[in-house]
Amino acid sequence: MAITVHLPSVLAAHAGGARSIEASGRTLGEAVADVAARFPALGPRLQDKDGKPYPFVVFYVNDEDVRFRGGFAAPVQDGDEVTVIPAIAGG
Amino acid sequence: MAVPTNTPGVTLAAPPARSVPLAARPLACRNCGAEHAPAPVSICDQCLGPLDPVLDPARPLPDRRTIAARAQSLWRYREWLPFDGDPVHSLECGFTPLLEVPRLASRLGVARAWVKNDTVSHPSLSFKDRVVSCAINAAAAFGLDTIGCASTGNLANAVAAHAARAGLAAWVFIPEDLEAGKVIGTSVYGPKLVRIRGTYDDVNRLCAQVADRFGWGIVNVNLRGYYGEGSKTLAYEVAEQLGWRLPTAVVAPMAGGSLVTKLRKGFAEFLDAGLVHGAAPRLYGAQGSGCAPIVRLLERGGHELEPEIPHTIARSLAIGNPADGVFAARAMRESGGWGAHVSDAEIVEGIRILAEDTGVFGETAGGVTVSAALALSRAGKLRPDDEVVLCITGHGLKTLEALSGALPESPVIAPRLREVAALVERAGAAAPTR
Repeated sequence: MAITVHLPSVLAAHAGGARSIEASGRTLGEAVADVAARFPALGPRLQDKDGKPYPFVVFYVNDEDVRFRGGFAAPVQDGDEVTVIPAIAGG
Repeated sequence: MAVPTNTPGVTLAAPPARSVPLAARPLACRNCGAEHAPAPVSICDQCLGPLDPVLDPARPLPDRRTIAARAQSLWRYREWLPFDGDPVHSLECGFTPLLEVPRLASRLGVARAWVKNDTVSHPSLSFKDRVVSCAINAAAAFGLDTIGCASTGNLANAVAAHAARAGLAAWVFIPEDLEAGKVIGTSVYGPKLVRIRGTYDDVNRLCAQVADRFGWGIVNVNLRGYYGEGSKTLAYEVAEQLGWRLPTAVVAPMAGGSLVTKLRKGFAEFLDAGLVHGAAPRLYGAQGSGCAPIVRLLERGGHELEPEIPHTIARSLAIGNPADGVFAARAMRESGGWGAHVSDAEIVEGIRILAEDTGVFGETAGGVTVSAALALSRAGKLRPDDEVVLCITGHGLKTLEALSGALPESPVIAPRLREVAALVERAGAAAPTR
């Protein structure tokens, strides 16, 4: 069982229209790097050129904001659900 | 103008001027500048930055007299709102009182002070009527028949009320433990009200997914670009109500941080239009200490916001992951202003000071604003020659729980004059006699 990454529709277009894609890695950063390698158009929208997250994009692992769990260093495992949410909402 | 008819002595009122169909303005990314056609989207598909409406730079602008002659609603500033044509919903909102408050000015140690009193905003008693007025017209422009929101309470009230008036369906998502006034003040309008087990930030994340899945107009998610522009009207009204001039400082509460950024934009637009002159006001943001990620970013420096888990009685400001936090911090810094956060006890004290000094009953966010203004004054950020506007953004009847146990208990007596006389004597006042 792999990690599942759920994309918002604004990003799905950069992944061939897929709203959910599978990834592998021991940390969120590794999982994002795996996705970025397989979907070149999507990669630069998930992480900057140094492999860091953007302030406008928030990642949730099993509905928990990863910024409370170490960001891209947060550990992930098979079966985890990663959700990508553009940060500009609410308030 | 009267229109003659074939019947002698009978005239009809002239038909109203032909209305121009409502259309939403195009959008542009605040981050990378990419242009987007008008749509219910708020995220740039190139860089995921926020989208803002773009006004037509060639549009004719009204002068002071033209604006002053218009109906007293926020639509009197329609040339700065993100639409072409005529609005179709929420036509009666805005233009709340600006009250001069000399005793509060004295307490703050400033030359003059005013309360921008959005506690009496129509119809839902908070400044969220401004943003929803814009969002619901955007929904109409896009042909959406359902609107919704993620809310800490005031926005829930506003979305439900405006949707009811317009005859639209509404889905409103709130944290499960909001104040009773916020819950009842939403459900009374008949929306689908959904209480979420979690914080506002959990609700907000869920609504981003809801907007993506169901295609509704979630006002502070996919209609956010249009929604946010409504907050600018608070700045326009302050300028006009001061006699077409600007205060030197404005203190506003911060939740998502949008209001501060839109105040700055609104004042700048009126300066650009030549409607007012001089320096733009210094902007000061206020938060509760139990959820102050924007003020802490300001104090820490840099551009990276650290989200917080909220623990504050100012529930309407309890956003630990504020969408516009970075932009709000920038607006405060660049305007020459600053921020302050205050404890729960100070929030309650601020509500009482506001009420006793000005006759305005603000919700917890109002207490935050007043106590933060006092803290800023003590820190020397507000100066003796300042003319300060405090934005009081919601009515105190919505958050009665905050005052539980904080006010003196009222005596209960028999309906006898001598018992009143005893109370008067105890109060130390001379009993008037006849």
